[in-house]
Amino acid sequence: MGLFSKRVKRTGPDRYKVDLPDVEQELLRSLFPQLRELLASDDPSLTRLFPTAYPDDPERDAGYHALVRDELLEKRFASLDLVESTLGGAELDGDELAAWMRAVNDLRLVIGTRLDVSEDDDPVEFDPTDPDAAAWQVYHYLGALLSFIVDALTGDL
Amino acid sequence: MSLPETLDPDLDEDQDTDLDRPWVVLVWNDPINLMQYVSYVFRKLFGYSQAKADELMLDVHEKGRAAVSNGTREKCELDVFRLHEHGLWATMEEQ
Repeated sequence: MGLFSKRVKRTGPDRYKVDLPDVEQELLRSLFPQLRELLASDDPSLTRLFPTAYPDDPERDAGYHALVRDELLEKRFASLDLVESTLGGAELDGDELAAWMRAVNDLRLVIGTRLDVSEDDDPVEFDPTDPDAAAWQVYHYLGALLSFIVDALTGDL
Repeated sequence: MSLPETLDPDLDEDQDTDLDRPWVVLVWNDPINLMQYVSYVFRKLFGYSQAKADELMLDVHEKGRAAVSNGTREKCELDVFRLHEHGLWATMEEQ
């Protein structure tokens, strides 16, 4: 992932373009529907997307989740809709690129949770002989893409 | 770009101990979220400077957690919601 040209460009004030090679578009086109499917389940890899708000108060925490879980879900589905419809390289405004940012991060959180990423894992390198090497590669790719998106958005803060 | 609609000019690190603000929002360290992303989210949601956002992010990373906002229970719940929307591990507790 070392040689990795800029995938996200700021084309003007509040204007951006995500410009991905075909192979990366295909990868994301296969991953985002899997995230969509997963979101409709209660898979344990989703825990980071719906964390506890009141760790010491289960009753209040249940109230919080009853209040917000549907809205968190709707927002995540809306981000997925936007990303899937603009994967081919449409021009985006800041809110739309922020939806990309959240969708890419959601995907990365789910894959990272499944890989059981820890502080000891190298943030850049991974072992190509690891049975999970393909998932690690995707995880690192998503980190690089996220970093490009944040760089572009930071220009307009 | 459109600035966050919830940008709160009243929020300021000097008010951390204000007695009228009994709840605090904590963000906890996790090994997955990128440091750069966490800083960006703090800037976007709370209007912090880059320096302040980086300081809070490093607190999360090195001390395990940081208090990122405070206020009424209702306000803190909204802040927690927005942090959860961004995939950050946020909780709230009474000060």
